[in-house]
Amino acid sequence: MSVRLQQPTFDPGAETNAFLENAGGAGAAVTFTGLVRSLPEDPIISMTLEHYPALAESQLETLLGDAMQRFSLTDATIIHRFGTLYPGEPIVQVMTLAPHRQAAFDAANFIMDVLKTNAPFWKKEERETGSDWVAARQSDDEAAQRWQ
Amino acid sequence: MRVLYFAWLRERLGRDSDEIDPPASVATIADLIDWLAANDETFALATAKRELIRAARDEELVDHQTPLAGAKTIALFPPMTGG
Repeated sequence: MSVRLQQPTFDPGAETNAFLENAGGAGAAVTFTGLVRSLPEDPIISMTLEHYPALAESQLETLLGDAMQRFSLTDATIIHRFGTLYPGEPIVQVMTLAPHRQAAFDAANFIMDVLKTNAPFWKKEERETGSDWVAARQSDDEAAQRWQ
Repeated sequence: MRVLYFAWLRERLGRDSDEIDPPASVATIADLIDWLAANDETFALATAKRELIRAARDEELVDHQTPLAGAKTIALFPPMTGG
C-alpha cells in the first residue's frame, strides 16, 4: 500500500506493470489514470495543481487505508501529481488489487470519488485568454456522498 | 496561531499566510473567519460566500463549528478539485 505525491510525470503503463509484479496470486487488478483534459473547442495550454502537502499526504493515506479495509483489498496505490502539467499527461493513478473483480472496481471508484472532494488539491487551467481556477462540481460532491 | 491560505483565496488575499493572535472570544473557525473579515475588507470580500470556504485544523479537515483552542495551524481554502 503506498501513496506518492510528485511533481514529475510518470509512465502509467510502467506503474501498472510494477504494481502487478507484486500481485501475489490475487485475481483482479484495476488501474484508473486521470489525464489533463484539453478539448478541441476549448483547448488549454497547461494546468497547475496547487496542493497542501501535509494534509494531502495524510488524507490520501487515510483514504487508502479505508479502501483497503472496506473492500478487503490485497494492495492499493495512489500516485498524484502537483505543479505544472500539460494536456494528455497523467494527473493521478489509482491501482487496486483484490481476490475478485468487483471489489477492485468498487475500490478504485470509491478512492477517486472521495479523493476529488477530500484531498487538498486545486486545479488552475491556463488558456491563451488567461487562467482560471476550476470550480468544484456538485456532481463530484454527490459522487462522494454515495459511499457514506 | 498561523493561518494558511490556498488557491483562489490565497490569490485574492495576495498572501499565503498570516500570523495572528485572536482574542479569547474567537472560539471557532467560524468566529475566526468573522474576526479576520472584520479587520480586512479584502478578506471579507473573498470569504463572503462562507459555503465556499473549507477549513483544516492542524492538518485535519474540519467544519466551521470546530473550536480553535490549542490549534497551531488553521488552513482556509476553496472546495477541492483534485483527481
